[in-house]
Amino acid sequence: MVTLCEITAGAAEASIWGVVGHVLLLFLFSFIAAMVVMTFAGLSVVAERKVCAFIQGRLGPNRTAIPIVAAIPLLGNFLKRNGLMQLLADALKFLFKEDPIPGHVNKFWYMAAPAMFLAPVLIVGAVIPFGVYWSDGSMHPIAVADFDLSIIFMLAISSLTVFGGLMAGWSSNSKLPYIAATRSGAQIISYELTMGITIVTLVIWAATMVENPLNIFEVAAAQSGLWFCITQPLGAFLFLVALFAETNRLPFDVSESEADLVSGVHTEYGSFKFGLFYVGEYGHMALASMLFVTLFLGAWYPFPGCEWPSDWGWISSVLSVFTFLVKVAFMIFFFIWMRWTLPRFRYDQVMRLGWSVLVPLGIANFVFYLVLISL
Amino acid sequence: MAIIVERRRLTWMERTYLPQIVSGLWITLKNLFKPKVTLEYPEQAPILPPGYRGAPTLVMDSAGREKCVSCQLCEFVCPPKAIKIVPGEISGNSEYAYIEKAPKEFEINMLRCIFCGYCEEACPEKAIVLQQEFSLNGRTRAEMIRNKKQLYEAGGVLPDKIKKWKKVKDTADLEGGSH
Ligand code: SF4
Ligand code: SF4
Repeated sequence: MVTLCEITAGAAEASIWGVVGHVLLLFLFSFIAAMVVMTFAGLSVVAERKVCAFIQGRLGPNRTAIPIVAAIPLLGNFLKRNGLMQLLADALKFLFKEDPIPGHVNKFWYMAAPAMFLAPVLIVGAVIPFGVYWSDGSMHPIAVADFDLSIIFMLAISSLTVFGGLMAGWSSNSKLPYIAATRSGAQIISYELTMGITIVTLVIWAATMVENPLNIFEVAAAQSGLWFCITQPLGAFLFLVALFAETNRLPFDVSESEADLVSGVHTEYGSFKFGLFYVGEYGHMALASMLFVTLFLGAWYPFPGCEWPSDWGWISSVLSVFTFLVKVAFMIFFFIWMRWTLPRFRYDQVMRLGWSVLVPLGIANFVFYLVLISL
Repeated sequence: MAIIVERRRLTWMERTYLPQIVSGLWITLKNLFKPKVTLEYPEQAPILPPGYRGAPTLVMDSAGREKCVSCQLCEFVCPPKAIKIVPGEISGNSEYAYIEKAPKEFEINMLRCIFCGYCEEACPEKAIVLQQEFSLNGRTRAEMIRNKKQLYEAGGVLPDKIKKWKKVKDTADLEGGSH
């Protein structure tokens, strides 16, 4: 496995232009990865509105039309009926609204919070292998960064979002965002524990198959046989529940509960900054789906025990990316579907569920696999 | 006698929430594919139930006679005072001179009207009827005030079962016309 440093080191030996070119290439890759995550975030906003409407027996947004685009024969109507131009209208609204800063906030942290909320999502997007390609007879991930310890990196960075929420809640200097921030902080910390335990279980299991089980790509690649959601059903389930809680999605969105807290940590935000929070939330959802697909749902493998043949070359690569994205889309749908099915847990129920059910279950699961492996 | 309702303890499976979550997901999944109730309004016309109260209009009887006798009951009963009537007389050489009164001008301000239907209820002649027109719009306030001519155009003909005035006229003819 070639790591980032090795490539840069190798390029540095070649020439200074080699390094520059390499860095530019990395920028391009990162841009593409960020675009993928953002696109999914945007599409899931539309999907949320559409799926919710369909579940409730409505049609959802289907009227917004951009004049020239809407006139294109089939495509225009398709975009219009599926509410895809609504997305653009929403984005424009966020961009062009007046952006007032309330007088009572702590300006610095208030301004920093939305970026802090969104950035970790985009950073973690870098380690997600969107697909694979083959060169020199071995498999490589289509990812911005592929290095050992990427699972640790992913865990470390993704939990930074809690600071975005806390900063927003505290600097807003208003009680509702503050309560929301403490709630979401406590919730994320509690469920991070479950998430950590399930990942440790996964890693020790993967360690029996690959040489470097902390590399997210190798863990994903280890699912060429049975996917980990089949070999570790309880672990997959706990991880999924923890993801729901981490992303503050229903049934765990106690920090947003509009009935008692107006709308969560971003209550005092408007226009573009609110837009960042909004995109950040959906970005989290997209990222959580990607993580679940990568770690438990067989990443780019189409079916358990079956993979795209490596001698098809780039066709297989395209198919692998496609498979991955389809699975991610399904997971996003699942998140939305869940949201419009379940009511919200009470805050104390969320905490009790986290600490006295999920954590013990996670530990039991861990011990079980530990025993299983050592046998 | 007091009835003690036995409160069943939740079973173990129920306390995990999982069966309920799965059945809930199944219900929402079925809903996803059910026909939608949304009515796409400008393209699809809504189905108006019988007795729907749309815009008030003035109607004529089957002989094409204007029924309103400008008694002004509707004007007085109208809660938001949307109706304005200028009463007039039917000229002596008219076929219907014996009815004596007809509105000279009749205005309903559709911006004020609340479609309550009181005018229709109050009218002794069944001359003002709320019909099915519900999409009333205009670019100026003046456009939204309908005058007598517009009200009759919107109203059309409403044949009566009881030919009240005809009967009076016929009897009057029989008795030698002292009316
Ligand atoms: S429907 Fe009601 S508000 Fe409208 S004109 Fe008749 S009485 Fe007035
Ligand atoms: S519409 Fe009816 S109630 Fe109104 S003035 Fe004419 S006859 Fe009287």
